[in-house]
Amino acid sequence: MVLNMVERIGASVVTRLQEMGRMLLFVLSAFAWLTRPPFRFSHMLKQLHFIGYKSTFVVVLTAGFTGMVLALQGYYSLRKFGSEGLLGSAVALSMIRELGPVLAALMVTARAGSAMTAEIGIMRITEQIDALDTMAINPMQYLIAPKLVAGLIGVPLLVAIFDVVGIYGGYVVGVDLLGVNAGSYWNSIESTVEWKDVYGGILKSISFGLIITWICSYKGYHTRQSAEGLGTATTEAVVLSSVVILVWDYFLTSVLL
Amino acid sequence: MIKLIGVEKKLGGQAVLQGVNLTIPVGKLTTIIGRSGEGKSVLLKHMIGLMQPDRGEVWVGDVEISRLSGTRLNDVRKRFAMLFQGAALFDSLSVFENVAFPLREKLRMKGPAVAQRVEEKLAQVGLEGMGHKFPAELSGGMRKRAGLARALVMEPEIILFDEPTTGLDPLMAKSIHDLIVTMQRRFGFTAVMVSHEIPEIFAISDWVAMLRSGKIAAMAPATEFQRITDPDILEFISVGGTVVLPGSHVG
Repeated sequence: MVLNMVERIGASVVTRLQEMGRMLLFVLSAFAWLTRPPFRFSHMLKQLHFIGYKSTFVVVLTAGFTGMVLALQGYYSLRKFGSEGLLGSAVALSMIRELGPVLAALMVTARAGSAMTAEIGIMRITEQIDALDTMAINPMQYLIAPKLVAGLIGVPLLVAIFDVVGIYGGYVVGVDLLGVNAGSYWNSIESTVEWKDVYGGILKSISFGLIITWICSYKGYHTRQSAEGLGTATTEAVVLSSVVILVWDYFLTSVLL
Repeated sequence: MIKLIGVEKKLGGQAVLQGVNLTIPVGKLTTIIGRSGEGKSVLLKHMIGLMQPDRGEVWVGDVEISRLSGTRLNDVRKRFAMLFQGAALFDSLSVFENVAFPLREKLRMKGPAVAQRVEEKLAQVGLEGMGHKFPAELSGGMRKRAGLARALVMEPEIILFDEPTTGLDPLMAKSIHDLIVTMQRRFGFTAVMVSHEIPEIFAISDWVAMLRSGKIAAMAPATEFQRITDPDILEFISVGGTVVLPGSHVG
């Protein structure tokens, strides 16, 4: 009984370690193929358009409302201490350091990451990936590497947009609706936000870009040959990416503080 | 020449190939038959290095490919093309772009030279003027034709056909068979086809091999295959209705 349980736990650990090893080899292989010609810049731009440009609307929408609700909550708390003038600082620091990278990454995961898994998964099921192989075109180089690069560039840009829109969302609610002085709003941002905060946000967004494209591509690439397998792969990709983003965010924050 | 020596493969713990020895003659059309789930497609995938055997050797010419990977395997694959069961056309590309794909991506060809070669291949498979359509807009037979055009466009030495007529009506299946035979005779490539289309395959193939219990149970010229007296083989090929050949023991 006990032996069986230990055996099952051991088998589960081994399976997960093997999966992690395969994931690591997957991303290393994609980066290795990135350095070899032919360099397909047009593919990378196409992916950047898909991951970046096409996610802009949802990111702007989320950012606007996040900034607005932050301003509402911040105003409510700061007013108790008579510090409404620091509202800009509270909104900007929350956005730049934490909410911008995390929420933008989660939105990209939901919109672009799930679509990426589904697209690659369908290509796997319908043997399109095998077809690439038979044409002596490496799928890692042709399919995966451009997505990784697009994630590394696209997500930080989206996070930058998220931060700016969020701060303006906070301005609309704080200054236009709640009557906080506009000069105080901007001045508090200028005096408290340091380059270190911005760098931290950029570093987070780059790593989140990698996490999303890595996990979502991997799950799509290893989809099992069925419609159910595709559904499972897409769900796993979104859940795993989201969880890893949140866990990794905690570790990065604790290091960067 | 493709040669498989003692190829063994397990999938999900189940032994699929159990010591396959097979030699594919150059410049001929060889068809592999066998029951569903016997591993015919798996065997085909070993020939092009999409799968690696657990044991045994796979020779393409004088290169043993079973342990090759990366650039060295790709060098061997340049000699191949493959027509998949579902044609495996790229959904996001038009028929023209699908056929042009290997020219643009592998040979880095551009401009009118690509268009000329693609139009020529589309005409050969009876798809003139269909280049602008997307795979989702094509019927099953047209998709197979487009897949065949893509396979032919690089003028490979060897083409593998994985059940090219599955899911097609008998007339369409016959037209695809005719097209394969015509192209094979015209360009002289080595063709390996996995098929269930008995008795048609006896009329179009040069050689027939039967996979049974993970091994090649028999291989013979198509004209002689039906004279084999093994009861299991007779039962298998009789069910489809056999083509009566002069001196045949089966009918």
